[in-house]
Amino acid sequence: MSKEVWDLLVVGGGPAGLTAGIYGARSRLKTMIVEKGRPGGQAATTEEMENYPGFGRGAKGPDIMKAMKEHAEDFGVVIKKEQIVDLDLTGELKKVITKKGDEYFARAVVLAPGAHPRSLGIKGERALVGKGVSYCATCDADFYEELEVVVVGNGDAAIEEAIYLTKFAEKVTIIVIHDEGILDANKASQEKAFANHKINFVWNSVLDEIKGDGMVESVVIKNLKTGELTEMETNGVFFFVGYTPNTDFLKDKVALNDHGYIIVNEKMETSVPGVYGAGDACEKYLRQVVTAAADGAIAAFAADKYLAEEEGFREQVLEADEPVLVAFWSPQNEKSIEFVSNLEQNLDEIGHVKLVKIDVYRNQLVANRYEVKEIPALLIINKGQLVGRLPGEFNVKTIKEAVAAGSN
Amino acid sequence: MLVLDKDNFEAEVLSAKGSVVVDFWSPKCEPCMELMPEIVALSEKYGSQVKFGKVDVSQNRRLAISQKVLGLPTIVLYKDGEKVAELTKDFVVDDVEGKIKELL
Repeated sequence: MSKEVWDLLVVGGGPAGLTAGIYGARSRLKTMIVEKGRPGGQAATTEEMENYPGFGRGAKGPDIMKAMKEHAEDFGVVIKKEQIVDLDLTGELKKVITKKGDEYFARAVVLAPGAHPRSLGIKGERALVGKGVSYCATCDADFYEELEVVVVGNGDAAIEEAIYLTKFAEKVTIIVIHDEGILDANKASQEKAFANHKINFVWNSVLDEIKGDGMVESVVIKNLKTGELTEMETNGVFFFVGYTPNTDFLKDKVALNDHGYIIVNEKMETSVPGVYGAGDACEKYLRQVVTAAADGAIAAFAADKYLAEEEGFREQVLEADEPVLVAFWSPQNEKSIEFVSNLEQNLDEIGHVKLVKIDVYRNQLVANRYEVKEIPALLIINKGQLVGRLPGEFNVKTIKEAVAAGSN
Repeated sequence: MLVLDKDNFEAEVLSAKGSVVVDFWSPKCEPCMELMPEIVALSEKYGSQVKFGKVDVSQNRRLAISQKVLGLPTIVLYKDGEKVAELTKDFVVDDVEGKIKELL
């Protein structure tokens, strides 16, 4: 069976991956998204989502993500439910390997694996997951009708999910590490939380331990100012204390920062040509659905340009019948402009060759691949092979000899 | 899959002979909704040897808590009415199948 090759393979089906899919498909790229669970990512488990442009008051994360998924499928994106466990990104043809052992091939890859809520590793936390310790309010809020819960954290997620929990729980206590009145969450959510009579705050404090035999029974709260430990009865503990990127499988595949986030530039390029990052797994300033979607759009656009350049280079240079002179130049470099102009005027004299100009400002990929560090530079490629490399001094005789030598 | 609630849980699970797989879920729980069709597929594969049931926690909160289930998704395996295995939060359908095989 011949292997099926995708133009664009997207790892992850959250807002970043789905948007990359939409943009990829719209560029007529044969696009597949591989998602291990249900498309929608973390946004699909965020009940209230009133900050995504165009979807105002009362908007729900699951609804928005369902619309995004249908949008992608409507444009022809194939969504596969698989978990990627390994990748080979080094060659021009990228390979990903699923948990089941299936292999998929693609010419460009967008990595959008997202992030998951961080666990703190407090005593009792791990043992009581699913027994009162939770990281997902929409999953577990039902259990706490008429009961009391503790929320740890004070960013957007913590405050918004605490407000959501008050629809079920009798009392929600938020443990805040900062001084009284200081929250990291957006002002609109802060105001809602302060006005909610079911919400109580414990300031200057962290959780020290979660206690319970088979089910959460109480928490031990530590006051950071006084060092005092207080035990408080509760039925549940929800953690919203930041995120950990889902990038373990990307170690040694693309460059990650010290915290495991994918390092990308403004074009969402990773350290590997043809491989892009998008969404919460990337090193970035603001992690929101809207910025994830933006990343996905940029990544797919950049991937499309990359594929076009690769395609162009292959057709014009690597698959050409005659020897090709590849001239590296840039509109900003006077000497290189003069060099290319000289070449064009003397092409007939050089002989049966084709001239291809590469603007290094726009196409760094080819320059990097052939290790062209200074311009002007001239390469001779015959039948796809590099057969000559000439320095940037124009000399018809030298070029002619080099072409002749390379054509034998 | 058998729909379980407070009225039939005792008879169908706790007093029942043999093995029962119970899927605790809720319509608001996205991971649960994602898992459900896969559990249905398992029920078709192993249905002749093991009984499969599901509990909608949004309607049967106290029942779930009585089984010490306080987080979703959770799959509990019972044998002769005794809880013998439990998977909660971070697991995939393959883990469930593995537990079922251990039971057989």
